[in-house]
Order: sequence, then C-alpha cells, then structure tokens
Amino acid sequence: MTAGGKTLAIESLDVWHGQLRAVHGISFTVAPGETLALVGANGAGKTTLLRAIAGAHLPRSGHIRLGGEDITRLKSHERVARGIALVPEGRRLFGQMTVEENLLLGRTARRPGDWTVERVLDTFPNLKPRLKARAGTLSGGEQQAAAIGRALMSNPDVLLLDEVSLGLAPLVVERVYLSLSDLMKTGVTIILVEQDLGRAMSVANRIICLLEGHAVLESAAQDLTRDAVTDAYFGLSRHTAPVEAIP
Amino acid sequence: MTDALIQGILLGGYYALIAAGLSFMFSVMRIINLAHGSLAVFAAYALFVLADSFGISPFLGLLIVVPLMALVGWALQRFILERATRAGPLVPILATFGLSIVIDNLLFEQFGANTRSLANYIGDLSYDSWQLTDDIAVGKLAVLIFATAVALLAGIQLFLSFTPLGRAIRATSEDSDTAGLVGIDARRANAVAAAIAMASVALAGAALGTRATFDAYAGAPQLLFAFEAAVIGGTGSVWGTLFGGILLALGQSFGAQIAPQGFLLGGHVVFFIVLFARLFVPGSALRRQVLAALGRQPA
Repeated sequence: MTAGGKTLAIESLDVWHGQLRAVHGISFTVAPGETLALVGANGAGKTTLLRAIAGAHLPRSGHIRLGGEDITRLKSHERVARGIALVPEGRRLFGQMTVEENLLLGRTARRPGDWTVERVLDTFPNLKPRLKARAGTLSGGEQQAAAIGRALMSNPDVLLLDEVSLGLAPLVVERVYLSLSDLMKTGVTIILVEQDLGRAMSVANRIICLLEGHAVLESAAQDLTRDAVTDAYFGLSRHTAPVEAIP
Repeated sequence: MTDALIQGILLGGYYALIAAGLSFMFSVMRIINLAHGSLAVFAAYALFVLADSFGISPFLGLLIVVPLMALVGWALQRFILERATRAGPLVPILATFGLSIVIDNLLFEQFGANTRSLANYIGDLSYDSWQLTDDIAVGKLAVLIFATAVALLAGIQLFLSFTPLGRAIRATSEDSDTAGLVGIDARRANAVAAAIAMASVALAGAALGTRATFDAYAGAPQLLFAFEAAVIGGTGSVWGTLFGGILLALGQSFGAQIAPQGFLLGGHVVFFIVLFARLFVPGSALRRQVLAALGRQPA
C-alpha cells in the first residue's frame, strides 16, 4: 500500500448475473485508510459487488473510480496494477504451487511498497513452517493467511476481503482477525464482506447492509446497534429504504 | 538387445522433442493442437529454404526459425486459439485440425510431393557415429537430438519453476480467473506459452529434417508420435514427456527386433498398454479425470 492511499468511489453500479440483477445502482465512497464492512444475507449481492470492484465481473452500468481514475472497464490484472487486491471467497490459492510461489505471484504487478515475503511471514507466523509446502495441503486457516498475504504482496491501496472467516474454526477466525486489525493500523483501505455481524461491527469504521442487491443501510459503525443492522439484514427495519445514490 | 535399447533411448529424445510443445500447450492452455505436426514440418521447410536458397546451415538457420516460430505461436494464440477457446473446448481442436490441413496443402502447393531432407546441409553429422563396441555404434546426430531434448525440457522446467513469467504461466494454467486477480495478464501468459511451444516445434522440425526425410504431408505421423509420447509420459509433465518419448521409441525399437513391420506396431502397443493402465488402474490421474467428466466418483 502507498502512504496517503486513494479514494475508491462506487457510483450507481449495476451488476447482472445473466438475467438476474444482483447489484442495484449502489453508490458509496471509501476514504483512504477506512475499513468498510459490507454485510447482508446470502444472495444480497456482497460478493458480486466486491468482484465487480476487483474486475472479476464487469458491471452493466455505473462507474468505479480509484483516486479519480475511472477503472470501470479495466481488466482485473490492470486493477491490481492500480492498487486493488481481492482475497476471494474460498481463498482460491494455486494449490499445485508452494506457499512461497503463491506469495511471489502477488508481486506480479510490481507495485512499489513495503510488503515482502518476510513481512507476510511476520504478520502470519503460522505460514513460516509451511513456506515450501504446496498450497493445496494447507489447513483452512493457513490458506486464508496465505491468500491475504498474496494480496498484500501487491502492495494494494484497497484490500477487498470476501468472507475471510467462512469455513474456519472460531479460534482460527480469531487469529485471522487479530492479523487484520494489525493491517488496519498500517493505513490500507479495506472493504470487508462478512456474514458475522458482530465481527464486522467490531472491526469496521462504517457498515453498509445489502438486501437483494440494494444498499438498505449505511452508517458509521459506532452509530449502529446490532438490532438495527439485524433488522436491515433481514429487511425488517424502517431503515430499509434504499440508500440514495451519490449524485 | 543392447543396441535396440540404446537406439530406442536415443530415438526417444526425438519423440520427447516433438512432444514437448504439444504437452506444454495442453498443460498450460488445455488445448490439443492438431496442427502441431504440420507446424514442425513447416519449420523444417523454413530451414530447408534457408539452407537451399541462401546457403545458411540448418543450425544457424535456427537463429531465424526459432524466433519466427515463436512469433507464429504468439499469433496463433492471439488470433485463433484465444477466440476459438471462447466458443467451447471442441472448437480449438477443430480450428487446429483445419489449420493443419491449410498448412499441409500450402506446403504441397509450394514444394510439391518430393521428399526433402536437411541431412545434405549438416555435413558428416548426418551419418557420423561413435563406435562403442564391435556391434554397437551411436549416431552423433541422434545423441545431439537427445541432448537437445534434455536441454529443452530442463530449460522449460527451470523457466516454469524459477522465473516470475514461468510462475505466472503455471498460475494461469491452474486458474486463469484467479491469476487475473493477483495481477497476471492471462492473455499474455498464454501467448508467451504458445510462443515457447512453437519455439520448441522449430527445434523438433530441425531434428525431423536432419535425421529423416519429410514432405508436405509428414505432419500427421509426427503429430501421432508426439501425441503418443505425451500421453505415455502424462500430459503436462515435463520429464514425463522424455520418459514417454523413450518408452514409445523402445516399443518401436524392440518391435522392429521381432518383425521388420513391428516398428510402428510396437510403439502403438506400448501406447495402448499405458493408456488402458491409466484408464483402469484405480487412483490414476487420467481415470479420476474421466470419472469426474462422467460425473462419477472413483471406486
């Protein structure tokens, strides 16, 4: 990541899966160093939105701007070069390659920054003894650490984390989030997709709740109660009118 | 018997050389390039033209033909295979089959039905040999081709293991979508892989032209040998390709010991034995892939 960072602006984004409109005209801005949590039930459009930001899914309309540059039509590898890195759901490590090789792949975009294999190993010490092991042989927690490490190796301005706790034992989730809170202190911008509301509210500065592709609640985390988020999550709240798009 | 073993191993080097590009393209891009043999013959003709018309030795000619074939590979990927792949897995097979017919017929139109050889342009090397015992001699050219195959495969292995571009190609072959998400330009990685595969085809064309004769329609048998060697060795395995080439050639070599017409038959028998073993032995990778494609669980 670079000092100062870049502002990420999502403007009236519409993303479709074939005939299904998965994201409805969503708009928000994430300031440098901010941690934003996207919460919502299964099928709310969180992962699709994150993948659209990363370039894995092209939106039908709307804009994505990073530091003022319109990156909406850029391919995913071009967005990595601009400073966006995604830790995808299910980790998606290259299982036939070693952990070290997976980490080194994160350097492909050659962005300047402080992240090295050594620093990743300092951040995730559980990877140290597994550095030469094939990624496919790692435990769930080790895979998650390797996936986050690989994304960090690209020195991103914006780190997108999709369901980092999914399928992990509670103790492992605790460890992963401990590492994430250290990351947040370094000033990287983070957008986090998380189904665990308590977890999301404890780490994020701001929460956006999605319901059937709409942003139904957006607020600073400190101003929200768990009940308010839960109501929005299930579409029960008076807050559930779609959040207005940024003009 | 010893002679058959030695000659078989050396011939295996040629088969490994011609199978290397086919296997590499399949492992990286999941494309079976049916124009592979025809492209090797095309490279042999390119070397022949350089030697016959310009007096450039085939070895020096490789300095021109290897980059030329790499360029052909890059263009092949960008303008034909990449587009064909988008239309489904069968379309690249049909596209490369069509390409092989086009290449064969263009070569026939240009050079006619006469057989050619590069042997006349490499001096003594085409027939010189080392006499190991009273009964056994090894051809210098055969040793050179074997050494070239080993060097090529070692180079590919080192490139894939220790260079950023090699790692990017391996990552793209494993999961091209995720490769993009870590910053890899999958199109570029595939184009480079195709260029490398075709550069190796240039070497195979040189080996074909110097050790034997060729004509415009010589591509089909070369494809068959390359395919058999790649399958025996396990497609995608760098050193497996050498092993596959040697096993195929040993089958041919020992087949010829049994009966003169047993040369080709011996190779095919080895191919079918290995293919059936891969299909029916529990736990084999090919069996797992076939069962997965059929939607069945391995027993």
